[in-house]
Amino acid sequence: MSGVDPERWEVVIGLEVHAELSTRTKLFSSATAEFGGEPNTHIDPLTLGLPGSLPVLNARAVELAVRVGLALGCTVQRSVFARKNYFYPDQPKNYQISQYDLPINVDGSLELPSGQVVGIERAHLEEDTGKSTHIGGGGRIHEARHSLVDLNRAGVPLLEIVGRPDLRSADEARAYVAELRAVLVAVGASDGKMEEGSLRVDCNVSVRPRGSAELGTRCEIKNINSLRSLGRAIDAEAARQVALVEAGERVVQETRHWDEDDGRTHTLRSKEEADDYRYFPDPDLVEVDCDPVWVEEVRASLPLLPAARRARLVERSGASRPHAAIVCERNLDDLCLAALDAGADPERVVNHAVHNLADERAVGLDPAAFAALVAMEVDGTLTATQAKTVLAELVAAGGGDPAELAAAHGFEAMDTSELEGLVDGLIAEHPEEWQRYVEGDPRIAGFFVGRVMKATQGKADGRVVTALLDARRG
Amino acid sequence: MSDRPERISAEEVDAVARLAMLALTEDQVERFAHQLADVLDHAADIEALDLDGVEPMARPVRVVNVLRPDEPGPALDRDEVLGQAPAAEDGQFRVPPVLGGAP
Repeated sequence: MSGVDPERWEVVIGLEVHAELSTRTKLFSSATAEFGGEPNTHIDPLTLGLPGSLPVLNARAVELAVRVGLALGCTVQRSVFARKNYFYPDQPKNYQISQYDLPINVDGSLELPSGQVVGIERAHLEEDTGKSTHIGGGGRIHEARHSLVDLNRAGVPLLEIVGRPDLRSADEARAYVAELRAVLVAVGASDGKMEEGSLRVDCNVSVRPRGSAELGTRCEIKNINSLRSLGRAIDAEAARQVALVEAGERVVQETRHWDEDDGRTHTLRSKEEADDYRYFPDPDLVEVDCDPVWVEEVRASLPLLPAARRARLVERSGASRPHAAIVCERNLDDLCLAALDAGADPERVVNHAVHNLADERAVGLDPAAFAALVAMEVDGTLTATQAKTVLAELVAAGGGDPAELAAAHGFEAMDTSELEGLVDGLIAEHPEEWQRYVEGDPRIAGFFVGRVMKATQGKADGRVVTALLDARRG
Repeated sequence: MSDRPERISAEEVDAVARLAMLALTEDQVERFAHQLADVLDHAADIEALDLDGVEPMARPVRVVNVLRPDEPGPALDRDEVLGQAPAAEDGQFRVPPVLGGAP
């Protein structure tokens, strides 16, 4: 897809995800952290970096950071806030308060639906910057005549989650971000909305000849606003780097800007020039050292996480990993488990959840009704097609009696003797096709079943018809 | 102190000044090179002490976990704030182009 030959090249990806934490106020001041609003209305002296203003840490931000850290299996440690010094108009203090050598969470991991485990190096607290709008030059940062700055977002708490370079493709990178988002939402730390910028992804990409153990020179890609952009940006950047190396040139370590319109990355700034942030501990803030008893209380309060929910469903229902992932993503695992508790057939339950319950209202379906429907399917009262119709009605109504709904449609089990007559008639009418069926020609198998379905307007159960045919083949 | 060898070059002072967005005269560069060297000398004096087993500390007393509840407070008046900015437009601070100005 990207033009990179996977036989020859390996793409190495590490992601830094910035998640806005769902607090009411900013990380170090009481200005509202609400998204949007009229520009420059969520501001106070600290947000503006006014002389004399002092930061005081938001307790809820610490709690949410710890929730995420524990959900990612991190160690929660003593942490220190540091100043990251650089000049940019969306950050009036001329430094960003972040955590540097002592981040609050270290050494975790994230298990993806595929079973792949991706290392998490750290997840630290820092403040967000304001928002710049570039005027002129079609909004492009390089050609702007001037910029407008809105500081509503400046100071909103962020958790920067730094993943290890364990990802090897755009698909894996997307799966990682989707899973991380699910965890953030599950623990109540973030709304996970990429389109509102609550979740932002910076992407480090390098390439190396397949089989090489050494990492290539990496570039960091910014301005990725969706999972789709993430995949496109990785493919484009990997192709650019491979083309450079194959042409005998070298990749320069730099920050690059993803341009959604032309589908390419562009140089933003070179690393050696700008990245001397002169970090030092912020003298206005004291260290954070969480009480281990409190940390354990937080751990105990975490909900069941997506990976554990998938594992539970696989164990209880025998669902495949991909099916379990779909069911849990739709939040239908509790429904399925309750239906299983009511005695429903696991395979059919999962199949319905995967194929026939994409409707968001399915979460509210009465598990007893669901189980009763599956039972009617198992005992042959309803065909698969009829069950699907009744299920859709149960979902729309949130529940009901599947037997009544089936009766209202005139769905009832076909009398087997009636079906036998139909099957015998068809065999008599189509001796050539029957001969091929008897000889085991796979292309003819659907012929008889299809005819029976047509004659019964879909009321016949395909499995019963197949059984009748097989009995006659002898 | 001044008889110790100079440990900061004019280029290093220039680099630090650039990062801090300061325009220095030649005289200043020379003066600051000496002053910065003195600061490093002072740090070297401390480094010479035997501090094995002494925990590094960022401040003289150990204070941890100074936190505030997540309760919103008042906002500043936007018009008053923007009225003090060098330039404003559409309720926002108007600033020179962020990139592309420098060669």
